[in-house]
Amino acid sequence: MLNPDSVGRTFKGAETITVSQSQIDSFASVLGETQTDIAPPTFSIRITLNQMQKILSDSDVNLDWSRLVHGDQRFEINRPIKAGDSFTCSSTIESYRVAAGNEIVTVRGDLFSGNELVVSTWSTLVVRA
Amino acid sequence: MVDFGGARMIEVGTVLPERVFEIDRELLFAYANASGDQNPIHQNEEFALSVGLPNVIAHGMLTMALVGKYVTDWAGGSASVKEFGARFVKPVIVPAGQKVDLTVSATVAEVDGDRISLTLSATSAGVKVLGMAKAVVQK
Repeated sequence: MLNPDSVGRTFKGAETITVSQSQIDSFASVLGETQTDIAPPTFSIRITLNQMQKILSDSDVNLDWSRLVHGDQRFEINRPIKAGDSFTCSSTIESYRVAAGNEIVTVRGDLFSGNELVVSTWSTLVVRA
Repeated sequence: MVDFGGARMIEVGTVLPERVFEIDRELLFAYANASGDQNPIHQNEEFALSVGLPNVIAHGMLTMALVGKYVTDWAGGSASVKEFGARFVKPVIVPAGQKVDLTVSATVAEVDGDRISLTLSATSAGVKVLGMAKAVVQK
């Protein structure tokens, strides 16, 4: 079970993640997208979900990532991501509830380039009973 | 009404043309590598069955990314999407050796200056796979 004290907390990722052109190219290629000067709109998920996994697996938070399914996903995109962007990521546990034994947690992920908030993502994750 | 992309006149209720994407195991493998999501439920049939799934299922985020492609193709490029959200209501089931459909369509829900809200529909094998799917695009 998730530690209830972690709800409302924001965890700042320790890493700086730099986006490469080859990452954008391979993501675009899967979708049949030929525009590669900027990333497709859902590209940021490859950064934020990974960061969320690290944070939620933290012993202070204690979410069981292995039984987790993705319930919903939302993006707010202030500007497109391009190769060479370097991001820090913060994750905030916005809400948590238990329904029929399933744990339902909504995590916001914010990607910052310096002080610029580039993309915000909201992921609802369900840990199945 | 606004003039969007030159020739097309868009107003609330305008229905955009339906498009069909094909999803197979190769695409799941490619998406796993491109996204870093190597969860075995998207690649390993034995594992998927062992956790109670009917078969290998597509990444919800692959489904959403393809719907994103539908939106950006219509709206004129990847920079056009400002907001995008969906609920994963049913999985896209991808049996070995088969190509399954992801059928996408959209309706204009709101026009506010150059910002257009779309209500999106996505089905596979006739089953609705995304719920509450919406995008806001801007030129």
